[in-house]
Amino acid sequence: MRLDAATLAEQVAKVDVRAIARVMSLIENRDPVGTAVLAQLTPSRAQASVIGITGYPGTGKSTLIDQLITAYRRLGQKVGVLAVDISSPITGGAVLGDRIRMQQHADDPKVFIRSMATRGHQGGLAHATGEALRVLEAAAYDMILIETVGVGQNELDIVQIAPIVVAVVAPGLGDEIQAMKAGLLEVADIVVMNKGDHEGADRTMRDLQAQCRMVLRTVAHRDEGILELIAVIAEYRRIQDLNGSRCGKTTERLVQRGATSGS
Amino acid sequence: MAVAAAPLRILIGKVGLDGHDRGVKLVARALRDAGVEIIYTGLHQTPEQVVATAIQEDVHAIGLSIHSGAHNSLLPRVLHLLREQGAGDIALFGGGIIPDEDVPRLKAAGVQMLFGPATPMQSIVNFVKALHVEH
Ligand SMILES: Nc1nc2c(ncn2[C@@H]2O[C@H](COP(=O)(O)OP(=O)(O)OP(=O)(O)O)[C@@H](O)[C@H]2O)c(=O)[nH]1
Ligand SMILES: [Mg+2]
Repeated sequence: MRLDAATLAEQVAKVDVRAIARVMSLIENRDPVGTAVLAQLTPSRAQASVIGITGYPGTGKSTLIDQLITAYRRLGQKVGVLAVDISSPITGGAVLGDRIRMQQHADDPKVFIRSMATRGHQGGLAHATGEALRVLEAAAYDMILIETVGVGQNELDIVQIAPIVVAVVAPGLGDEIQAMKAGLLEVADIVVMNKGDHEGADRTMRDLQAQCRMVLRTVAHRDEGILELIAVIAEYRRIQDLNGSRCGKTTERLVQRGATSGS
Repeated sequence: MAVAAAPLRILIGKVGLDGHDRGVKLVARALRDAGVEIIYTGLHQTPEQVVATAIQEDVHAIGLSIHSGAHNSLLPRVLHLLREQGAGDIALFGGGIIPDEDVPRLKAAGVQMLFGPATPMQSIVNFVKALHVEH
């Protein structure tokens, strides 16, 4: 059944999950109806918090998002997730596995999780991720979490669409931290060293703290450090609301102010 | 035109209690190699989780593997929830150990296809690719 753009836009605004999902497919498939729906969507009045979660493969991004969903749901928030995974460049197929870690939330009506394949798009996201985000915003999700593909150093599109970017790293980085400094760690507003239970965690934590403004330690699958992360995200959100700038720079100022008032 | 170029999206997962996922992972990989986007949910899914996931992911079809013997309740339950939630157009197929005598009843209930444990992978791939034409 094909619906017209006006009807679909109306249904999205009413948080009709089927319509939200359909519109995302239309956008992914570059169907003109998708574009027409986007033109008719109005962002909801309350502004969503959009958080990008990026980092090397396997560092625990999806597990962390699973815990963030739990925490935000306890706070009564409606949560949307866009989880991007890579398409095979040869066959175009993909096994989208991020949501395995989040399935406990699958049938929570206040949680919407969508897996997206990159379909050849470079930069760590799918071409349609930014527009899918607009659909979730129009459906008034409070918190929107975007998981990038397990990225390297140059796949940083997430910075363009998420006002707060969390880089998830795991212990045992060693000298790599220097290399990451121009790239992943540089664009991140918050660095999370997950797998804090692993060997070498103390050391990596110290190395990261020497290089980055805001480093938190988590053990995602055991729900350790999640509330601290939520508190920092909320704080950054407030700062952004106040002066409209990204937290990378803002924190720098705060840190400096803290340093002078402390002396 | 844009629609013809769009990859199929298929949910692959396991319902029920058994923790045996080798076969279902092989199916997921074979379909990926055939150009399909697989939404892999992992093990121990309830029918409610399966249907909510299928709707959010806007899949063309759901493929469920069952070895626990609970197919006679789980598969009809998935069909019921799909219809109840206005998603009766999403096809359901199954695989695993399903006794021959149960097959006619499940098919009559609306399960499109049931694959036994000895089904060649290519048959599953062919079945899924044919869904494209129908959808
Ligand atoms: N020991 C330990 N294992 C963890 C932790 N967090 C996640 N894991 C495990 O690490 C593995 C990878 O976790 P995911 O959440 O899938 O990682 P990811 O970064 O989303 O992976 P990709 O999306 O493939 O890049 C899983 O087996 C998790 O259970 C942690 O804090 N400690
Ligand atoms: Mg992941």
